[in-house]
Amino acid sequence: MTDSKRHIRMLVGLVIAFGILAGRLFYIQIVDEGYKTDAMNNSMVHIPLYPQRGIIYDRNGNILAGNKTCYDLLCTPAAVEAFDTVGLARVLGMEPDVIKEKMAAWSTRSARRKIGFRTLVMFSKLPAETYLRFEEVAYRFPGFRGQARSQRDYPFNAGGNLLGYVSEVDPPYIKAHPEYKSGDYAGKTGIEATCEEILRGEKGEEIYYRDSRNRIGAHYKDGEADKPAVPGKDITTTIDADLQHYGQNLMKNKVGSLVAIEPATGEILTLVSSPGIDVDYLADIGSHYKEIASNPYKPMFNRAVQASYPPGSVFKLVNCLIGLQEGVLQPWMKYPCTKGYHFGKNTLGCHVHRSPLDMEEAIMMSCNAYFCYVFKNVLENGKESVSEAFTRWDEYVAAFGFGSRLGSDFPSELGGFIPKASYYDRFYGKNAWKAHTIISLSIGQGEIGCTPLHLANFCATIANRGFYYTPHIVKDSENVRIEDKYRERHYTKVDTAHFAQIVPGMYRAVNAPWGAGGTAAIAAVSGLDICGKTGTAQNPHGDDHSVFICFAPKDHPKIAVAAYIENGGFGATWAAPIASLLVERYLCGQTQRPWLEQRILEGNLLDKVPAK
Amino acid sequence: MTGRGGILERNFWSTVDWWLVGLYLLLVISGWLNIYASEYDPENARSIFSWSMRSGKQLLWIATSIGLGALILLAIPVRFWEAVAPIAYTVVCVLLVAVIFLGTSTKGSHSWFVLGPVSFQPAELSKLTTSLILARWMGRYNFRLYRRRDFWMTVAFILVPMLIIVAENETGSALVYLSFLFVLYREGLSGWWLFVLFMVIVVFILTLVFSPYAALWTAWLVTVICMAASAGRIRPLLCIGLPIAAVLAVLPYLWGLLPEGNILRAIHPSWLLLGVVGVCAVYYLIRGLREGNMYRLLSVLALLLALGITKAVPIVFNNVLQEHQRTRIEVLLGMKEDLAGAGYNVHQSMIAIGSGGLTGKGYLEGTQSAYGFVPEQSTDFIFCTIGEEWGFVGCLLTLILYGFLIARIVMRSEDAREPFTRIYGYCIAGILFLHVLINVGMTIGLMPVIGIPLPLISYGGSSLWAFTAMIFIFIALCRNEKKYF
Repeated sequence: MTDSKRHIRMLVGLVIAFGILAGRLFYIQIVDEGYKTDAMNNSMVHIPLYPQRGIIYDRNGNILAGNKTCYDLLCTPAAVEAFDTVGLARVLGMEPDVIKEKMAAWSTRSARRKIGFRTLVMFSKLPAETYLRFEEVAYRFPGFRGQARSQRDYPFNAGGNLLGYVSEVDPPYIKAHPEYKSGDYAGKTGIEATCEEILRGEKGEEIYYRDSRNRIGAHYKDGEADKPAVPGKDITTTIDADLQHYGQNLMKNKVGSLVAIEPATGEILTLVSSPGIDVDYLADIGSHYKEIASNPYKPMFNRAVQASYPPGSVFKLVNCLIGLQEGVLQPWMKYPCTKGYHFGKNTLGCHVHRSPLDMEEAIMMSCNAYFCYVFKNVLENGKESVSEAFTRWDEYVAAFGFGSRLGSDFPSELGGFIPKASYYDRFYGKNAWKAHTIISLSIGQGEIGCTPLHLANFCATIANRGFYYTPHIVKDSENVRIEDKYRERHYTKVDTAHFAQIVPGMYRAVNAPWGAGGTAAIAAVSGLDICGKTGTAQNPHGDDHSVFICFAPKDHPKIAVAAYIENGGFGATWAAPIASLLVERYLCGQTQRPWLEQRILEGNLLDKVPAK
Repeated sequence: MTGRGGILERNFWSTVDWWLVGLYLLLVISGWLNIYASEYDPENARSIFSWSMRSGKQLLWIATSIGLGALILLAIPVRFWEAVAPIAYTVVCVLLVAVIFLGTSTKGSHSWFVLGPVSFQPAELSKLTTSLILARWMGRYNFRLYRRRDFWMTVAFILVPMLIIVAENETGSALVYLSFLFVLYREGLSGWWLFVLFMVIVVFILTLVFSPYAALWTAWLVTVICMAASAGRIRPLLCIGLPIAAVLAVLPYLWGLLPEGNILRAIHPSWLLLGVVGVCAVYYLIRGLREGNMYRLLSVLALLLALGITKAVPIVFNNVLQEHQRTRIEVLLGMKEDLAGAGYNVHQSMIAIGSGGLTGKGYLEGTQSAYGFVPEQSTDFIFCTIGEEWGFVGCLLTLILYGFLIARIVMRSEDAREPFTRIYGYCIAGILFLHVLINVGMTIGLMPVIGIPLPLISYGGSSLWAFTAMIFIFIALCRNEKKYF
């Protein structure tokens, strides 16, 4: 008994079954693109070619950060056969246990699963000599190979914090910057970070076939598909390597910062944060990271652009300029000072000096009382409420760049702090405060914080008689065009004419004859016409901070400097000598005052600085 | 006229089915080219004829196979096959047993005889001898499939070698014996048997992937629907059957929502389902007995079978199957992702095939195949090379060649006057079909990984010889048919 239609049914079944196969084939071969990508990843090995990082030059063409070649030792655990651990260790100059440990960690069951056929970095940044020793015997160690990459090399010990370090990207960094892959390096701080895109260059790759045992075979398409690495572009900075190096030496064993700006351009000549990171540490930040991080003086903290310090008496100049602009102060006005400024039962003390003083003398001798009067007159002018006047004062201060980031191309810049009227409203109650309540602001104390960069920029503004260029560290060059904002003059809200009125006071502070009462006579260098203003900032952390800003020469200034030495005492004790030595170095190349230089270089203030 | 099985007849050329010979040659040659490609190493390219390459050896197998084919066509009297069938069957069954004790163990299975350079797998041959014995047994003049003795002998002929092969740990080869269901179907086996087999597989998979509950629920619902449809009782199905099914479907979920310690938690949904199944079974049993309705009685059996499967599967799966078989099934059913282990082969194979695209990467241009990502590349996974280097077009063409070959065999069998030719033809058509289905399905992740070759294409002498013999015996049988017309 047979059913004559059955063979037809069976043939239909055949067609359906093969149709299902064909449909599935259609799906995986034509519709789903995923398999093609998998195939590429599978059968090709992409060996990355790491580009040379761009070189960082100083303003005079000296190399600040160059490159040298080092090697990573890569290991493909799946391809490793039993090998002479001791032999490998001897070649690499390591303890056999280090290698054994690594191999053991990679050969656990779960690790093997996870790693698969991937290649991992076993040791990074081996010096060339070590690697060459390995290469001679590499045939004995299948599964291991080396990979050249460039490492930073610093011919000058200058600008550790400024340059910043380069290190391998970690998972959070990759998450934020998806264009990076594990194993890539990126600048993390300083110029290396700001100019990462310029410096990094373009990674290339060589493509080889590989089989399922991860053995590398022939060159894919005879190398046609390879991509050479494009080296990063070089960068010229505004830094003067010699000056930077000198500044770092001056700041050795002191905590604080030293910033020098070329007033005519806003270019940062020197930016020292002390203690800083030695360039030797930068190249291999990984192995020194703990040491750096545990240093009580926090070398990673770039004081020059991040620390918010009370500016101290330096800030008197700001109030002076505001007073002049507001018309409540005239250079000829004299105010008495009887060892301070007395209001009610309180006194804001001052040092002993002759009295009364006019404005120029007050600047020269840094009289506290004088500027208390000025500040009080600004805020209590009879035309408006204290709060309104203070808001205007705020606007003046902000126009100098205080209280917010200046917008330099330095990545970690912070803005310091300038209080608003609302701040005191909250603190004391609305209209419950007046000039005397906040009188400390007149002498740059109290609720106020500036970075050393702010102070240097302020100094440059005075040097320019009323305007500044946003300070920056990348110099305009063919490779790197700087943004237009660095070429714009920023005027303050104070008429440029008033700046000329305060400069003589600053000049006399430095250059007045001994005994005349100039606070910064120690900074005087004959022929350089340095103009400066000292500051002695009280602070809750021990001795006063020593502050000094200066520019030189008086006419057509070439350099403006701010020195801020934590717990250094009077401005004239440490900051003024340091700043003036720096100016002298920049303008003359060497010092006429070797005794002072020696005192500074040997000076050690670390004991005075409370470790945080 | 010359006698039967004469050496070279006058009409030799016109009596040979050149379609079959042509398809055979196309597949064999494409196999040879692809075996070369699967081993081709761009860095160390050797000639396709090189003896150190599998393609070189395969060429020898092909030459000897064509010789074998010619021998079958020209030298062996066509009646020989029918006559020799019982002896051949017995001898091969003995060999199948012997190989368990005497054979060489490869990858855990004892199925190969190794005689010096030649290795030989009796299982390959047993498909041929089983086909011959079935053709002879079922082709008898008075064979009736539903006669008890005829039926059980048929089943025994299939099961004996199948079980021995299972004992050899060659489950894959044993699975091919399911292809004899096709010939049984052609010879009158009820289509319900195939349906039942299909349902058994479905229940098996449901049990593993979801739960015995889901599997039993499905089996019960299908049975109820079939019963209702056969009796034309649609309304009770819609009014009673389906609502109960729906309630049963959501019960486990509702039960899971019950708070711990609730009295209702004592009533597990599976007891309710068992109750419903039991009630249905009793109902069908009573009505079946009263009305003498065979189908109703069978449905009771079906329900019991489903129940048995759902109870047995977890036991079989966990205790009887071996670790690798378990993993393969789990990977295929998507219960486990194991790209490095059991899933590796299939994943790599799908990558190779998938990367071929529409027209492939070109001959010898494959990257996945040549670089050894796919295991067993020249034998079981040869289809990867085709997929990668010839693309969708090549795959389709290969399937079409097989389709034509199988369809041609089916058509010629249907036309055959002699039951022996017809039954033998259906046997080998079924074997070819299942081989292609399982092998190709395996490479594209539709079937579990079962180590059976792609007929005529995969590397290997044993398999090529066996398929050559199968096909050429059929050609010889068909040639004999011509004489009648």
